[in-house]
Amino acid sequence: MTTRPDPAQGGESVHPAVALVQPDVTSGGRLIRTLGVVTAVCGVLIVAAWQFTLPAIAANKKIVLERSVKALAPAATHIEEYDASAGGLKKAAGDPAAGAVRFYAAYGSDGGLLAIAAEGASRGYADVVRVLYGYRPECECIFGFKVVQMKETPGIGDKVTTDTAFVANFEHLSVKLAPDMKALFNAVKTVKHGTKKNPWEIDAIAGATITSKAVGRGINESVQKLLPLLAPHIEDLKQGNEK
Amino acid sequence: MNSKQAGVTMDTFLEGIWRQNPVFVMVLGMCPTLAVTVSAVNALGMGVATTFVLVCSCGLISLMRHQIPKEVRIATYIVIIATFVTLVDYIIQAVSLTLYDALGAFIQLIVVNCIILGRVEAHAAKNPPLPAMVNALGMGIGFTLGLLALGSVREILGVGQLFGYTLFGANFQPWVVMVLPPGGFFVLGAWLLLFAVLTKRKQANAAIAESSVQGGRHGA
Repeated sequence: MTTRPDPAQGGESVHPAVALVQPDVTSGGRLIRTLGVVTAVCGVLIVAAWQFTLPAIAANKKIVLERSVKALAPAATHIEEYDASAGGLKKAAGDPAAGAVRFYAAYGSDGGLLAIAAEGASRGYADVVRVLYGYRPECECIFGFKVVQMKETPGIGDKVTTDTAFVANFEHLSVKLAPDMKALFNAVKTVKHGTKKNPWEIDAIAGATITSKAVGRGINESVQKLLPLLAPHIEDLKQGNEK
Repeated sequence: MNSKQAGVTMDTFLEGIWRQNPVFVMVLGMCPTLAVTVSAVNALGMGVATTFVLVCSCGLISLMRHQIPKEVRIATYIVIIATFVTLVDYIIQAVSLTLYDALGAFIQLIVVNCIILGRVEAHAAKNPPLPAMVNALGMGIGFTLGLLALGSVREILGVGQLFGYTLFGANFQPWVVMVLPPGGFFVLGAWLLLFAVLTKRKQANAAIAESSVQGGRHGA
C-alpha cells in the first residue's frame, strides 16, 4: 500500500514502473529493413512455389478439359485448342487475346473432325454457370452440353444435368447462321416449360427456370460470337489434323 | 505465462483439439466453417489447407519473433500468412482442380482466418518454434475435426453419402436443406447444443459428487 505513488503529490522523481514502460523506440530504418527482408523472403517463396507447381497445374487443366470434351465426343482421340478471332484461327497459347474465342476441335482416329466444343457462361441463380457445348458443322447444330462449373441449388438448379427432357433439348439444337454470316438466323432461346415449338428453342425445367435460362443464354452468347468467326475457316479446320 | 520455459507438454498439443477447440469452443473462423462444409471431402481439404498455413506461419513467425519490431508486426504476420496461403492455393490446384473449384474463394480467405492471426499473436509470437508449431498443429487438427463433424453430418443427411460413397438405398430422400447455407447453421447449432449438454451434465455430476460428500458430512 505504501509503495503506491500518490499522483497528487506531484513528485518529480519518475516511478520505476513508468521508466520500465518507456518504449524502446525502434528506428524507422529497422522497420523498413524488417518489412523489406520479410517481403523479399516471401516473394522468393511464392515464385518458387509457382514455378514448381506450374507444370502440374497446366497438366491438371488439360486433363479436366480433355475429360469434358471426351464426355461430349467419346470417339475423339485427339483434341486441339484454337483461338478464333477476326484474323482467323490460331493454335491456342496462353490466355485468349481480347475479342478471340477459345474453342476445341475434336478429331477421331481417322483424322476426321468429329465436333467442335466451346465454353459458354452466364449468371445462374447462385453463381455463374459455365457449360461446354458440342457443335457439329454438318448439321449446324449443337448436339450436347456438359456443365463445367456451377453452384446452383442441389436438387433444383442442378437438375439441368440430370433432367432427361431438358438434356434432350440439346441433342439437336439448331444454330444456323444468318445468310450474312454475322449472327445466328435464330438466336438460341430458353422458353417457358412446355412451350418449345422451334428447333432453336430450349424448353426450361419447371421450377428451375433461372438455371435453364443461364444455360441457354451462355450457349447463345458464345455461339453468336464463335460461329461467325469460325464459319469461313471450317474447311481448314477439317484438314487441321493432316497438316 | 511461464510457458516460455515450459516447452512442449501434452496440453500444448491437445489445447486446440479439445479445451480450446476453434470451432466448438472459441467459435472462430465461422466463415469457412459454415460455407465449405457441404461435404466431408471439402471439410477435410479446407481443414488440411488451414492446418498447413497455421503450422508454417506459426513456425516462421516464432523463429523471427525477436527480429520483428512490434510496430510492424501485424503487417509482417499478414505478409507471411498470405505467402503460405498462396503456396496452398498453388498446391491445391496442382493436386485437384475439382477440390480447388469446390473450395473456391475460401482458400484465399484463409489469409484473414482469425484462428491463424489469433494463434500467431497469442502463442507463436511468445514461444519458441517447436511449441508454437505443436500448438498450431493441435489447433489445425481441432479445426479440421470441427469441419469434418459438420461436413460429414451435412453430407450424410443432405446427399445420403459420406466421402462420396452412397450410404443408403435408392429410397433415401436427401434432406437437401442440409447442404444449403441454413443447414450449416442447423448442424453447427446441434453440435454446440450437444457439447453444452455434455458440459452441463459433467458439471452437474461434479456438483452431485461434491454435495453428497458434504451431505454425508452434515448427515442430511
